[in-house]
Amino acid sequence: MEQLVHKYSDKLIQAMLADTFGPTQPLVGGLDDTLVWNREAEETDVLKKVFNGLNINSLVFLRPKEPYGSIIRFLAETALKSNGLIQPKDCETRTFLHDFPVINEFCPDKIIHTLKKRKSVIIAPPKSNTDFKGPAIIAHGIVSPEQGFVTVSSVCFASFVKFFADYLEALQKGVATVDEHHLFNLVIPFLEPIQTALPKFIPSPFPDEETVYSAIIEAGQKTVEYRLVDSFFGNVSYFWNGIIYISQTASSLDELSGCIDPVPMDSSTSAGLTASSELCAHMETICRTGCNAILHGHPKFSVILSMDCAPLKKARCHFNTQCHIKCPEKRFVDRTPIVPGEVGTGPFGLCNTLPLALTQADAAIVYGHGLFAIGKNNFSEAFQTLLEVETLCYNTYFERVQNFT
Amino acid sequence: MYGWTGNILVIDLTQKKVETETLGLDILNQYVGGKGLGGRYLRQCATMPWDHPDMVICIFAGPLSASISPTSGRTHILSKSPLTGLVGDSSVGGKLATRLKRADWDGIVITGISKTPVGISIKDHVVEFKDAKGLWGLDIQTVHKKIKPKNASLLSIGPAAENGVRYASIMVDQYFAAGRSGLGLCLARKKVKYLMVDGTGHCKVKDPKKLKTARDDILRLTAASPALMGQFGFTCLGTGAVYDLMDNRRMMPTDNFCRTRFEPAPRLNAAAYTRAWSPKKQGCLGCHILCKKIGTENNVSIAMPEFETMSHFTALIGCTDTTLVVKANEICNHFGMDTISAASTLACRREITGIDYTSETVLSILEDIAFGKGEGKLLGLGAEQYAKQMGKPHAAMAVKGMELPAYDPRGAYGMALGYALSTRGGCHLRAYPISHEIFRKPVATDRFTFSGKARIIKIAEDLNAVVDSLIACKFTFFAAGLEEYASVYEAVTGIETNAQELLQKGERIYYNERIINALNGFSAKDDDLPNRFFSEAGSSGNNIFIPPIDRTEFLDARKKYYGVRGLDDNGLPKKETAQTLGLVWNN
Repeated sequence: MEQLVHKYSDKLIQAMLADTFGPTQPLVGGLDDTLVWNREAEETDVLKKVFNGLNINSLVFLRPKEPYGSIIRFLAETALKSNGLIQPKDCETRTFLHDFPVINEFCPDKIIHTLKKRKSVIIAPPKSNTDFKGPAIIAHGIVSPEQGFVTVSSVCFASFVKFFADYLEALQKGVATVDEHHLFNLVIPFLEPIQTALPKFIPSPFPDEETVYSAIIEAGQKTVEYRLVDSFFGNVSYFWNGIIYISQTASSLDELSGCIDPVPMDSSTSAGLTASSELCAHMETICRTGCNAILHGHPKFSVILSMDCAPLKKARCHFNTQCHIKCPEKRFVDRTPIVPGEVGTGPFGLCNTLPLALTQADAAIVYGHGLFAIGKNNFSEAFQTLLEVETLCYNTYFERVQNFT
Repeated sequence: MYGWTGNILVIDLTQKKVETETLGLDILNQYVGGKGLGGRYLRQCATMPWDHPDMVICIFAGPLSASISPTSGRTHILSKSPLTGLVGDSSVGGKLATRLKRADWDGIVITGISKTPVGISIKDHVVEFKDAKGLWGLDIQTVHKKIKPKNASLLSIGPAAENGVRYASIMVDQYFAAGRSGLGLCLARKKVKYLMVDGTGHCKVKDPKKLKTARDDILRLTAASPALMGQFGFTCLGTGAVYDLMDNRRMMPTDNFCRTRFEPAPRLNAAAYTRAWSPKKQGCLGCHILCKKIGTENNVSIAMPEFETMSHFTALIGCTDTTLVVKANEICNHFGMDTISAASTLACRREITGIDYTSETVLSILEDIAFGKGEGKLLGLGAEQYAKQMGKPHAAMAVKGMELPAYDPRGAYGMALGYALSTRGGCHLRAYPISHEIFRKPVATDRFTFSGKARIIKIAEDLNAVVDSLIACKFTFFAAGLEEYASVYEAVTGIETNAQELLQKGERIYYNERIINALNGFSAKDDDLPNRFFSEAGSSGNNIFIPPIDRTEFLDARKKYYGVRGLDDNGLPKKETAQTLGLVWNN
């Protein structure tokens, strides 16, 4: 447990959600028979009470660094004026987290009350409160601190996507508020520039299985390094000698060693049982396109733009509350298609929409979810496409904003 | 009242009388249903021997049964186990719980002993005792054909139970086994051959719209689960999908747990059964996962073996014939025997006698066990009693008298702890650590460490106890969580709750079982694994090292568990913990 609390504290820092020092330093607690923390902190007194009030084994506490801190504060304050919930519409939130409850006090009873119902709570006291500086996110786990890490990371990602998507929509409708303009201008300087210089990859053709594993591990690491994922999640696959080698479900793209499943395309084994939820989509894509490499990340601006729909058109659409599964429009960012689809293999699963889209382009964005890119021979091609599409989406987003300001 | 009916059918077989016991909302909300409510009745006769006339057999639905709540079709059956002397219980699929609720019952409590074989027929509130003398001795399939239940649910026992097999199972709707613990023998003791239930009512749901939303949330999560709904998941291949994983992870119990790799395994996997028997999806009533697989042979339907059966009737006993596995499964199902215990007892026999099996000898011995013939009589007592009587007690791979399932604990230390601490003996389902140690859900944990596992096991036991009470299927929890099921519970019952409150109910239900076991003399000395796991290595290879389990680390983790669970150093319940959980302390 000692090792795990440090590991996930470090990962929050690596993900640029937290700092090594100062108020945005993460605090992670793990409990087996005794409680251990990654560091000493004044917040632990309250958080110990939270541990006592819940049947859990870990807690992650984070005051997110900028731009997430300001964005979450804004969304939290807005939520506190209504139902106390931040309700993002991205896939991760809709599928796994539902909504983000907000409270205005760093008070154990209120935190316990909220965490009994949801995986996270956001604490956003008024700025005038000098006892506790917010906003902060608290998330729990019953198996590992990794759960809290994933939840906190997802809260940051979803909040970011929500603010930028909402802001663009508000501009289009002409209802953007002074506070939204102010926040937008405030957080822009904190946005990381997208790295455009392409990294080097293991060249193809791959001579043996060992090299295939190494290439997948490398592709995962580069995708994380270039910040094209959230919570280090996404998936990677490579087709070689009749076998699709694919990252396992819930694996961290920067730690794929030992987390790759070899799945024969002839279904002669069930080794794909622990493979990525998107195995079916990967297999179908390989069959339809003849590609060998597939990279899937969650780059923010691709996700944001996938949710951008002209307000008037959206208002008239019969499916405007089910865009993520039933959007009837053929939509694109430039030449990159945007398709609806949920995680996995259900009736509205992206395995029904994505492979077809990838026969028309080397990349496709799944509504509110993320970006898939394919490479005919190697990860270099797929990665380049991933990066180019995200760069395009980034630039397109700001062009669209510019049109309304 | 929503969700529950509030009615418990109490059947006294000695007097051939039935009564309706009405339970208030407080009790129902406290013990939920299924395992929880049944455990409350079992506690009242905790110290009676399993075959005492007043011993209860509890057959319970849950508040979610017969609603559209996902995977709510299972039934929970409890009594004292003839195999172990512990709490004996089993979750079983089929349509029994749905029919029970529609007949306006939350559960059935059977007491007393009939003088002659009897069948019990329940249609709504009409209960009839039927002469079953003509059915005694018949196998499950024949009973099913003779009774022709149509839309009703039919639970029955087979010859194995009638002939005293300690691991006799109960079969529901022909294909669904309430295995483990020997509950079939409990019914046989009471001379109950079958129970048929049909109902015309409906589960009253407080907020159908909210239930639909909660259901959609759960379906979305299961659709995202490769283990459940993926093309290699349970929906397509059944639980047999796990076979390749256990081979890849080098934790397939082989040669009575002497090794952990069975070299022929890759050609005995689920895909091999799919090619040979073209199985179709089936499942519990209302389930969307449909993990049960029914194949065809000569145009006749035949149940495909579950993972445990596939593994134990190959690797554990040293056989390499998928046809044998299917036939062994069929014999166990037709005669009503638990496949895990049966195969494990055979493996124990092989180790002690040194005699290898052929397909023919396996099938012949299984029949001998079911009919109590020759050596079969002794083998019918289970591996522990067999090994003891053969003078080789260490050859029994069992915990507290129950034979171990098909996950070698040297390959997953949470599983090692879970086996040792389980309240029904060697069982993987109480804590189900395979979820995170193998399936990586909700996140992956390091399977070769005890670090953090004490609390993980405790929380998982609480979770699974409440899952077996709601009732839902444990498989769903590879994807969804109590957060989603709390919404379902609220929608169905109208009672506000949350994931943590449900966990607390689970803790109460589980602690009640520890109390029952303690009252029967079980303590830390029983919370242990066979010595083999601490002294012999598994089959390392492919960069996976399978050493013996470090006993000191195991005992340290067990001690931590006792602390976390609120037990004393000897693993015994404490009055203050019981009272905190709202449980009666003195029997």
